[in-house]
This record gives sequence, C-alpha cells and structure tokens, in this order.
Amino acid sequence: MAYELIAIGTSLGGLSALKTLLGYLPKEFPAALAVVQHRHRESDEVLSSFLQQFTLLPVHEVEDKEQIQPGNVYFAPADYHLLVESGYFSLSIDEPVSYARPSIDVLFESTADAYAERAIGVLLTGANQDGVQGLSILKARGGMTIVQDPDTAESPTLPNAAIANVAVDLILPLSQIAPQLIQLCTSAGGYSCKPSLQ
Amino acid sequence: MDCIDPMKELQLEDVEVQLLIEGLYRRYGYDFRNYAQASLKRRIHSFLKVEGLPSISVLQAQVLRDRAYADRLLMGLTVNTTAMFRDPSFYMAFRQQVVPILRTYPFIRIWHAGCSTGQEVYSMAILLQEEELYHRCRIYATDANEQVLRTARNGIYPAKQMQEYTQLYLKAGGQRTFSEYYTASYESVILRPTLRERIVFGEHNLVTDGSFNEFNVIICRNVLIYFNQILQNHVHELFYNSLCKFGILGLGRQETLRFTKYETLYEDLVKAEKLYRRRS
Ligand SMILES: C[S@@+](CC[C@H](N)C(=O)[O-])C[C@H]1O[C@@H](n2cnc3c(N)ncnc32)[C@H](O)[C@@H]1O
Repeated sequence: MAYELIAIGTSLGGLSALKTLLGYLPKEFPAALAVVQHRHRESDEVLSSFLQQFTLLPVHEVEDKEQIQPGNVYFAPADYHLLVESGYFSLSIDEPVSYARPSIDVLFESTADAYAERAIGVLLTGANQDGVQGLSILKARGGMTIVQDPDTAESPTLPNAAIANVAVDLILPLSQIAPQLIQLCTSAGGYSCKPSLQ
Repeated sequence: MDCIDPMKELQLEDVEVQLLIEGLYRRYGYDFRNYAQASLKRRIHSFLKVEGLPSISVLQAQVLRDRAYADRLLMGLTVNTTAMFRDPSFYMAFRQQVVPILRTYPFIRIWHAGCSTGQEVYSMAILLQEEELYHRCRIYATDANEQVLRTARNGIYPAKQMQEYTQLYLKAGGQRTFSEYYTASYESVILRPTLRERIVFGEHNLVTDGSFNEFNVIICRNVLIYFNQILQNHVHELFYNSLCKFGILGLGRQETLRFTKYETLYEDLVKAEKLYRRRS
C-alpha cells in the first residue's frame, strides 16, 4: 500500500508556499492533493486558476461528491468545509471551526478517518492554529506528518504550534517538501519505511 | 503493555455510528442512513462534546429510550446555516436569466426544498416583488426540521445580521433600500408581512416524502451536500418528477448534476450559478 492522498493546510503566506510546492511536482505524480488555504469567503475561483499557472497538475475547485483522482490538486472552495470520504469529497457549511471555513482541522480529521495510513498531512506557513489538532489525529491514525520548517515560513505560528503539539515525522524547509513527497509517493514500500525524527 | 490500536479504534467507531443511525431509523423513523458520513460523524462528535458524553454507544442507549433527547440529537445532526441573498450572483443570474422565462407564465409555482430558517425564501420573495411577478407566484418552502420552519414562518431575525444582508442584497441586484423590507424592534427585525403572503411553509422530508405538486422552479441549495450519492440520486428523481417540462432547477454554488444520473436530462441555463433547465 502506498500514499494516496496528501492533505495540505496553510493560511497566511500560503499562496507563495503553494506556488513553490505544487510547481515542483511532476506531471505523473501518483497521489492526489487536497488543499485548504484560508481565504476571504467572497474570493471566487481566482485562487485555483492563479495556482494552475504554476503547476503541471490539474487544479480543481472541489464540487460536492467529486472523485479523488491521483495526480490532481483539489482546493476547498471559499466558505465551504472540505471533507474527505473514501474515494470522493463532500462539502459542508457547518459553522466555522477556529473561525475558519474552510477549516484545515476538518480536512485533516476527515482525511485521517477515510485514508489513515494512506495519507500524508502537510502544514505550511500560517498565522493561527487551525490544523494542529487535525494533524495530531492523522498522526494517531498512522498517517505521515510533515511540517514546514518555521525558519522558512512567512508566518511561523502554525508550523511552531504543530511542532510543539504533535510528534511530527518530518520538519522540512519549504524547498525540500515537494522532493520528499515525490520520494514518499513513488518509492516502493510506501509508509512501511517511514523515516523517523528520533 | 496496554495499547489501543488506532485502527481498531476507528473501526469500532464506524460500527458505533452505524448502530446509532440504524437505531434512530428503527425507533423513530429518522433516516440518516444515506447521509454523507464524514460530516455526520463530525456532528455526532460535537454533540457528544456538548453533552459531555463519553462515547457514541452511551449516546445511543439514551437516544433509544428518550424521545425528547432524540429530538435534541436531531437538531444537532442537521446543519441549518443560511443567509439572505447568500451567493448574490445566484440571485443576480435568477433576475436576469430566469425571470424573463417566468414572465411568460400565467402562474408560477416555486419549491424551496430545505429552506432552513427561511432567509433564502424571503430573498426570493423580495426579488419577485421587485420584478412585479410576485402576485403570480406561489412559493412552497419546506424543510424536514419543524424547529427551523417555526423561525421561517415568523420571519423574525437578529438585527445584527442586517448589515451583512444589506450588502448581499445590493450585490444581488436589489433595487430599493433593504431597510424597506423590515421593521426593527430591539435586537430583532420583523420582515414585512407582505413578503410572506404567497409563501406556504410545510414539513417535507426529502428522504421519506414524495412529490406533492408540479413546479416551474425548484431551488435546493446546500442540502444535497449532506447526502451521499445514492440519496442524491433519489432526491434528483423526486425533483425531476416534480418539475414541469422546461422547469428550472437551482442548486448550490458547489453542487452539480455532473456526478448524478440526471445530468443528461437537463441543460445548463446559467452554468456558473448551477441553474439548470429540464430538457423536455
Ligand atoms: C445548510 S441548510 C441550507 C439552507 C438554505 N437552502 C441555504 O442554502 O442557505 C440545510 C437544510 O437542509 C435541511 N435538511 C436536511 N435533511 C433534510 C431532509 N432529509 N429533507 C428536507 N430537508 C432536510 C436541514 O434541516 C437544513 O435546514
């Protein structure tokens, strides 16, 4: 079994971090990526179409019950939570979680439920703590957890909070995250030879 | 060593969720069996937290024996978030693309399915009044939850929301001053009674109840996202059979017919706003 889904969460500074990360992934990247980027609720599809310019992978603004396909990047739409089910996405307008909708925690917790050890959770630059609890649940369910090195983050609050609260598997500078994802998702054996910090 | 296997824990929880849902159905007829799992699970967990219960099994025991408690859970399981003129571009498109079609009809029947506390319905009433079509309309506004319907009938909302609603009203192409539509009283506002004149509120469950009329327009926004694909197809069958020929279906901004069996039976009227038209 290999990694099938990579859940990514970020807020302040996320746009340029995502540009770097997504821009590095090759066309035949074998896993799907689901992204929550905190944003203003009236921002429309500009986020996904903007990022599409920088990546070879097709970028989608998720529509309800859309299938999760390898090699695709899926964005949580403005003002909806993005939830992962087994093989597809659902959306919801439940109340905001830690003032956020979409919320990174909601994405990560549902990813942990549906994909567990077949998922990787990545927290990038961010100005609050949304995502920390979700990352810790994903970790407990056997998922791989990666946090951007706070020194390389435009806003280190979120990476710092994640590192303080979760025994994360890897802390990597931004430039190293995509290469690591490629290695994790393409090397045979997948999660069974997961590296450890200790 | 005492160690809980996280995978077993997860499977156990899935069993508990299924049993609770099955219990609600067998005991009370509340059918959540084909609701989308992930959000349902979140709702159950936040209910546990609020009530201070240790597990879903404990909740289940209590729910099966206590109807009042089951009703409370029911409130906790459904999401009622709504707003007036939510997604203003939808109302703008409705004004520009749907209203001209409706003008050609002598009488117009509209169904708002899953209307929650009514804001969406009153927004439509305002739009139709401004277009001078309202007197020819009858709006059926339904929801499965009688508690939200009570609020909807009253048409009384917190005054602090009016600022936001005013902004949305203007973006939606509103032609008057939004404050003409309500009377403020302390912390609340009461919507103008004439808005309610042609609305019939009623309880209707999309899972268990059938078709009750033939409509020119069906609006169902942000309700189907809580259903899985089996249930979505079931409801789309109901909608298809409840729409007249060339009738119009309006879904939520991120909802689509694309992943259902009904895609080919409709054409896009305004693609970006999820306004569809029955082909024949
Ligand atoms: C998030 S609200 C949507 C309100 C409004 N349509 C909007 O978009 O602003 C979802 C509503 O669907 C209702 N609902 C859930 N399950 C239902 C069912 N089986 N039949 C009818 N209504 C249902 C809930 O009670 C809730 O009021």
